[in-house]
Amino acid sequence: MPNGVTPDDLALSGLRIVRARLGDWLAEIGRATSMMLETTQASLERLPSARLITQQMEAIGVGSLWLVIVVSVFTGAVAAVQAAYQFTAVVPLKYLSGVILRSVVIELGPVLTALVIGGRVGASIAAELGTMKVTEQIDALRAMGISPVRYLVAPRVIAAIIMLPILTIYADAIAVLGGYVVAVVSLNVSTPTYMQGLREFFHMKDLLSGLLKAVFFGNIIGMMGCYYGFQTEGGAEGVGKATTSAVVTSCVLILILDYILATILFRIIFL
Amino acid sequence: MIEIRRLAKRLSHRSVLDGLDLDVRTGETLVVLGPSGTGKSVLLKHIIGLMQPDAGSIRIDGEEIVGLSEKELSRVRRRFGMLFQGAALFDSMTVGENVALAMLEHAREMDAAEVRRRVLERLEWVGLKGAETLKPASLSGGMRKRVGLARALAMDPEYILYDEPTTGLDPIMADVINQLIRDLQKQLNVTSVIVTHDIKSAYSVADRIVLLYEGRVRYDGTAEETRRTQDAMMRQFIEGSSQGPIKPV
Repeated sequence: MPNGVTPDDLALSGLRIVRARLGDWLAEIGRATSMMLETTQASLERLPSARLITQQMEAIGVGSLWLVIVVSVFTGAVAAVQAAYQFTAVVPLKYLSGVILRSVVIELGPVLTALVIGGRVGASIAAELGTMKVTEQIDALRAMGISPVRYLVAPRVIAAIIMLPILTIYADAIAVLGGYVVAVVSLNVSTPTYMQGLREFFHMKDLLSGLLKAVFFGNIIGMMGCYYGFQTEGGAEGVGKATTSAVVTSCVLILILDYILATILFRIIFL
Repeated sequence: MIEIRRLAKRLSHRSVLDGLDLDVRTGETLVVLGPSGTGKSVLLKHIIGLMQPDAGSIRIDGEEIVGLSEKELSRVRRRFGMLFQGAALFDSMTVGENVALAMLEHAREMDAAEVRRRVLERLEWVGLKGAETLKPASLSGGMRKRVGLARALAMDPEYILYDEPTTGLDPIMADVINQLIRDLQKQLNVTSVIVTHDIKSAYSVADRIVLLYEGRVRYDGTAEETRRTQDAMMRQFIEGSSQGPIKPV
């Protein structure tokens, strides 16, 4: 231990660091919440123009479709292989499609889609708005009397909220199809057996809860991309940091919210 | 008229504006000179409400703008046009869309033909007729500044704020911009505040020149008085000497 530094000093300085970090963290939550409220208020006062929303829907949804298709095909395929392995000598394979369907619709479809879109779209929104911030384009909008929240944030958040459930429906369908291909080609499950399982295990409430989750995840992805974009300071390095923070925070919040929503939906509402 | 009283602002634990007093009279072109980092751009951002001061007051035609909400500020800002240092053009839009944006957002009753007519008129004012379909990325520095100026003029502002309008331009293009500022001043009769460290540009466009140093106004005089001044700080700035009361940072 350095001369003159007592364990008490070390403990105190550690405490100060923890307090400062906690303060920063709380301030960050406060700023993000305030931006979310401002976005809601701005959208309710006057909906952003349909042109701005559809532009963002195209960038977020259509632009991400191929990625979602690839991820979903393999998610379904892996679900089939893993489920078959766990069924071995315990559960008949006629239940395979039902297990794939329910795990995809309730959990894998919405969460994996959100994580993939969080990476692609969250990063792209944060980088775009971050660059606009450091090149004074956001100040230029304000100087023109145009609210950046209404003009930039609201269309992106609304588009993400609309597109996430739509992409999730695609993801669900394609993952079930991916599972079907593996089941028929390599697990000796017949098409009628697979279809029968789907019919027996499909519950509308599963699909709706998955889509409800997707709505919340879309809000998180849009908001975090915009929030970190708007917080960007100091050139290219700042844009890089904003992009990383947007993606990491979106992914962590998606998983935390997934747990909270799962508890509310399946332990309270649908119990 | 813009009246600024005891304006103070600290950024990153450093006092940038330190009790600044300044009046901008209606119809005049005021040039704010000063070394880099003395708070010239920060002053402009306070005038248009993009930054809020720690203390002090800013009145625009008698209306106090310090402490106004973002919504109220947005109403005040529509009376201003601002040319940013790097032009701050929206790079996802064409030149024409950049100029049209404020009209589409604020004058929704204006039909498409009228918006187009006004966009072309403003681009003609700044000598960029026919450039409306170009993207900002394909423009030179001087062209970007001129598009920024056309955009600032979109809504017929009463006040125009210029942040370093000639910085980064070659001397010929800088003179084109100076000429443009003078012509617009005559044509539109607006009140202008120009922040710069380009003394040649200041002589060329100013009715009045002030020198900002360490967060306060240290000199105030007409362009003619400034040429002949014996004020130590102003002389040092004009002569571009590193010796004198202004300490290089």
